[in-house]
Amino acid sequence: MEKIDARPRVRVPRTAAPDEVVQIRTMATHPMENGHRLDRDGSTVPRHIIHRFTCTFNGETVIDMEVGPSVSANPFIEFDARVPESGTFAFAWHDDNGDVYEATADITVS
Amino acid sequence: MELTRRRTLALGAAALTVTLLPIPASAAVDAQELVERYTGGVNPGEGPLQLTAPAVAENGSAVAIEVACPGARSIRILAPANPTPDVCAVHFGPLAGEERLSTRIRMADTMDLIALAEMDDGSFVQATARVSVTVGGCR
Repeated sequence: MEKIDARPRVRVPRTAAPDEVVQIRTMATHPMENGHRLDRDGSTVPRHIIHRFTCTFNGETVIDMEVGPSVSANPFIEFDARVPESGTFAFAWHDDNGDVYEATADITVS
Repeated sequence: MELTRRRTLALGAAALTVTLLPIPASAAVDAQELVERYTGGVNPGEGPLQLTAPAVAENGSAVAIEVACPGARSIRILAPANPTPDVCAVHFGPLAGEERLSTRIRMADTMDLIALAEMDDGSFVQATARVSVTVGGCR
């Protein structure tokens, strides 16, 4: 499977109050080839998607998501996280081709 | 065989039944089977699960949807008329602030979208939303 420049992007607030619930928005660039599409010659384009997305904060799970071929290209995922202390969010997008696209974001609790 | 008026009418009625019946019937069975695959045969109840989707989606390749369910362990989204009905499943960890997810999905056709939440006590809750799709987004 071809390499993809997924350019993972995340939007996380820089600061939060203790135990505040913050909104997180993420997006990656990916065709999410669903395996049902036909190319110009009439043959099926093989499936090639991001099949899993995870978000952790200081090593603890926020969400763990199974992603199927029915999720749109350039998958957009928005969710909420509780922030008990200052630390780092880590995001991972798992590609069918074995690549894992990663991003991090720091947040300060005061 | 002689083609009488009675026979013609009967034939027409039979043809109509064959054309009309199987499609909605089989689709309904599929949706139920799909849900039961995850609930282990149990019929899901009603609860605080909310599925927000547009009534009309002009472009089936990106339909913005949101699910939220306080007290859910996980929420699964099913699009029964899609070639791959399992859209996604989100599992909430200890730091999930609220059990909520917003994303964009593909929809092949007009259908009843299903959200299925597994609650902390192991029970299941289901919500559906009718979405009319103008141009399908799976090809």
